[in-house]
Amino acid sequence: MKSEKRKKVVKTIRIDVDKCNGCRACEVICSALHAKPKYSSNNPARSRIRVTRDPLSNLYLPVYAGDYTAAECAGRDRYVIDGKEYGECAFCRASCPSREAFKEPDSDLPLKCDLCESDPTIEVPMCVQWCLAEALTFEVREEEVEEEPKPEDVDAGLTALADRHGWDKVADALRRLAKDGGS
Amino acid sequence: MRYAETGFNLEVDLTRGSVERVPTDPRLTAHHLGGLGTNAKLFWDRVPPEVSHFDPENLLIFGTGLLVGTPAPGCNRTVVSCISPQTRLFAFSMMGGFWGPELKHAGYDKLVVRGRSPEPVYLWIRDDRVEIREARHLKGLGSLETAEAIRQELGEPHAQVASIGLAGENRVFFASIEQGKSSASRCGVGAVMGDKNLKAVAVRGSKDVYIAKPAEFLEMCNEALAFIKVRAKSPIPGVMPILAGLGSPQEMAIHDEKWHTENFAWGNARVRRKGFWTKDVAEQWTGTMETMRTRLLSCHNCPMKCGAAISVDTRLCSYMMKCFSKLTYTMGAFSDLDFGLRIAQKATEHGVDAFSAPQTMAFALELLEAGILTDADFPGMPADNEGRFYWLLDRIVRREGIGDVLADGTYWAAQRIGKGAEAFAHNNIKKTEQLPLKLGMLNPIYFLMYCTGEKANITQIEGNYPQAPFATREEREAFVKDWPQVPDERFKEWFVEWELRGEKSIPQYPPPDATCEIVNWQEKMHYVDDATGMCAGLSSFPLKPPFHIHILPKLISSASGLDLDETGLNQVTKRNRTLVRANNLRRGLTREDEKPPEDHWKNRFPELEKQLLDEYYRFKGWNLDGVPTRETLAELDLGYVTEDLVKRGILKDEGAGVTP
Ligand code: SF4
Ligand code: SF4
Ligand code: SF4
Repeated sequence: MKSEKRKKVVKTIRIDVDKCNGCRACEVICSALHAKPKYSSNNPARSRIRVTRDPLSNLYLPVYAGDYTAAECAGRDRYVIDGKEYGECAFCRASCPSREAFKEPDSDLPLKCDLCESDPTIEVPMCVQWCLAEALTFEVREEEVEEEPKPEDVDAGLTALADRHGWDKVADALRRLAKDGGS
Repeated sequence: MRYAETGFNLEVDLTRGSVERVPTDPRLTAHHLGGLGTNAKLFWDRVPPEVSHFDPENLLIFGTGLLVGTPAPGCNRTVVSCISPQTRLFAFSMMGGFWGPELKHAGYDKLVVRGRSPEPVYLWIRDDRVEIREARHLKGLGSLETAEAIRQELGEPHAQVASIGLAGENRVFFASIEQGKSSASRCGVGAVMGDKNLKAVAVRGSKDVYIAKPAEFLEMCNEALAFIKVRAKSPIPGVMPILAGLGSPQEMAIHDEKWHTENFAWGNARVRRKGFWTKDVAEQWTGTMETMRTRLLSCHNCPMKCGAAISVDTRLCSYMMKCFSKLTYTMGAFSDLDFGLRIAQKATEHGVDAFSAPQTMAFALELLEAGILTDADFPGMPADNEGRFYWLLDRIVRREGIGDVLADGTYWAAQRIGKGAEAFAHNNIKKTEQLPLKLGMLNPIYFLMYCTGEKANITQIEGNYPQAPFATREEREAFVKDWPQVPDERFKEWFVEWELRGEKSIPQYPPPDATCEIVNWQEKMHYVDDATGMCAGLSSFPLKPPFHIHILPKLISSASGLDLDETGLNQVTKRNRTLVRANNLRRGLTREDEKPPEDHWKNRFPELEKQLLDEYYRFKGWNLDGVPTRETLAELDLGYVTEDLVKRGILKDEGAGVTP
C-alpha cells in the first residue's frame, strides 16, 4: 500500500474525562444508531464507545473503538494520572482478543467507531449529541496529510474471522454463501 | 416479539436453591405496564395477608419499569417490593443508578426472590447463566465493600451489584439495598433481603432491548434532551435554587442550603433554627462540599447528574450520595456538614435509610434526656455529641443492646419501650419516619398527600404543582404562561388565583374539588413513572419537566408497541394505584391510618380535614372507608379484587360502607 498526499477532513472528538458523569448515554445511543433498522434496539455491549467506570476510584474514561488487532500487546502500561490508576488496556482503542470491549457480543466480530456513518448524514456524532455533560465535543478541520489507505471494515471483519477459523474455511464459506445468493 | 420489555422474569427460590426463567403474559403489560404495576399484581396473586414480612413466603421483587433499558432518558428505575417490616404494608422502594438497565440487558424484566437460604448467598446473573453463590465470606462487609469484593472474585469489573450491609443482615427495619450510586432505602426492603440470607445480586447483561417504532421514539427522546438543555438555562424564578431546575433537588451541585437548614427541623424533627444560615456557615459548608465532592454523577442514560462522589478519606470516592441525605445526619445531630458527610459514608456501607436512621438516633437521645431511657441503656456511649451518633449507628446496625430496640425504627421502638415513648415517635406516617418538617398553617394539598400516600413518603407523591403560591399575581400569571404539563386549563386558573394571604389562601384555598384534582394529578404522575421506570426527576417531581401526561402515552406506545393514549394511560395508572391500595386494605390499612404526622402543622381544622378526605375518597371512586367501590373495581377490570375484598368483609355490601 502506497502513501499519498491529499487534503483530508479531520474529525476529532475531544474527550474531557473530568466532565464525564458516567451516565453511559453515549453507549446507549451509539448502539441504537447501529441497530438495524436504525434505533430499533440498543445494547451498550455493542457500542463503539465504551466508558470504563470504576466509581470507587472516581475513574470514568470514555474510549472509542479503533482498529481490529489479531494479537494482544506483549507489554502493557499502567498510567497514574491525578492519583487515579488506569488499567493496562484502559486507553487502548483496539478490538483485541484480550478483552470483551469492541466486539459484537454474539459473533465476536470487531466493532469500530465509524463516526456515525449513516444515511442521511449525521453531522454531529450521536454520542456527542447525547453527552449533555459536554465530556465529548466534536471538531472538524481540514488538513493536508500523508495517508495510507486503511483496510475497510469488511476487511477487518474477514481478517478477524480468518484469525479464528483460518482463511481456507472463510473462503469456503464465502463461496458457498455467494452461490446461495448470500441468503 | 416483545418491545421495551424482555418478556421474562427470573424466579429464584432460595429455600430450594432453584432458578427459573419464566415468560410473562403480555396481557399483564397492557393492563399494568410494568414496574410497580406488575409488582402489585404479583403480590396480589401470590402474597396473601397471612404472610408477614419475615416469612419466607414474602416475595422480594426487583421490578424494572417498562421503559428501563430503552434509550428514553432517565428510564432506569427498579421498584423493589416486599411486605415492609416497618409499615407491614406492600412496600415499593425505588432505586435508580445502573442495576435495572443491566438486568434488562441480561434478559429479564424482574427478579422475583422467594424463600430463605439456609446460608448466606449472593446471586450472579450473567445473561442466561444464573448462579446462587456462597456468601459466607462476605458476611459483615459493607454494602460497597461487598460489591467490590464480588466484582473482583468474578473478574467482572462492570457487573452492577445491589447489596446489603450489616443493617440488612441484621434485619434493621429501615435497612436499605445499596447499589453504588443509588439505593432502595425506604420501608426496610434491605431487612427482607437480609432475612432471605441474600447478601447481594450481581448482574451483567449483553442482550438487546427492542423498540417498536424506532423513528417516532427516537424523535421524542431527542426532543426531551433538547428541552432539558433549554430548561438548564432557565431555572424557574421565585423557587428555591435546588428546586428551580430538573432532576432531584440539586443538593450536590448547589451550596445554598438556607431553605433546608432554616425551614426544616433539626434533632428529632422538632427544632427550627431561623437565622442559622449565616455567611460563616455558608462559607464553611461550601468549603466542605468543594473539598469532599470529587465529581457530579448521573444515573444510567440521564444527563441530570443529581449525585456526587464523596471523599472522606484518602480515596477519591468513598461513597456516592444525592439529594437531602446530604443534610439529614447533620441536622439530626445539630452538627455541621463535615460530620454529616462522614457519618453518611458509614451509614451507606451499613445500608440504612437516611431519613429514618438519623431521626431514630435523635429520638433515642431525646428519650435519654426525658428520662424514659437512662444511662444504663447506653453503656459505653461517648460523651461528645458526634461520638454518640457514631456509637448509636453502630449499636443499631449490630442490634446490640438498645440498638436492638432502635433498629425497629421510632414507631416500633416506642411500642417496645413504652413509658410514654410513643409521643416521641411523632414524625411518622404509616409507622415510617418522614421529612423533618414542621409548619404553621395546614395546606390542603399536602394534607391529602400525607394522608393517602401509600409509599409513605411525601416526595413520592408531590411534585408538578408549586408547593406554595408565588407572592404576586403577575409572577403567577408569568408562571402559567408556558405550562403545557398540566392536564387542563383549570390547573392554571387555580394557581393564578392562589394567594399567600387572605380569602384565597391555605387552608381554604384551593377549594376541596380543586385540591382533589391537584393531588390526583401529582400522584398519577408518580404512578406513571413507577410503572415505566422513568426517574421522577425528569417527570413527576420537578416543576415543568420534559415528560408529562400529554407526551408519555406516545413515548410508551412507540417504545412498547402498546396501543395507548392519554385516556388509556390514565386508566392503567388508576388500576395500578387501586391495586396497591387493595393489597394494603387486605393487610389492614384503614381510614384511621390516613393522617399526617401529628404535629406537622400547628393550625389544624378537623372539619375541613374530614371534608377533604371524604371528597378525595369519593373523587378516587372509594367509599368513605377508603375502599374502592364495586363500580370502580369493575370499571378497572379488577373484578377479582372485588370478590376477595367482599369475602374478607373489607368491602361491605350496600349501606355499611356508605357509598355516596
Ligand atoms: S454520555 Fe458523556 S457524560 Fe455520559 S458517560 Fe458518555 S462521555 Fe460520560
Ligand atoms: S461517533 Fe458515532 S459510531 Fe462513533 S462511538 Fe460515537 S455514536 Fe458510535
Ligand atoms: S434525574 Fe437525577 S436521580 Fe433521576 S435519573 Fe437523572 S441523575 Fe438519576
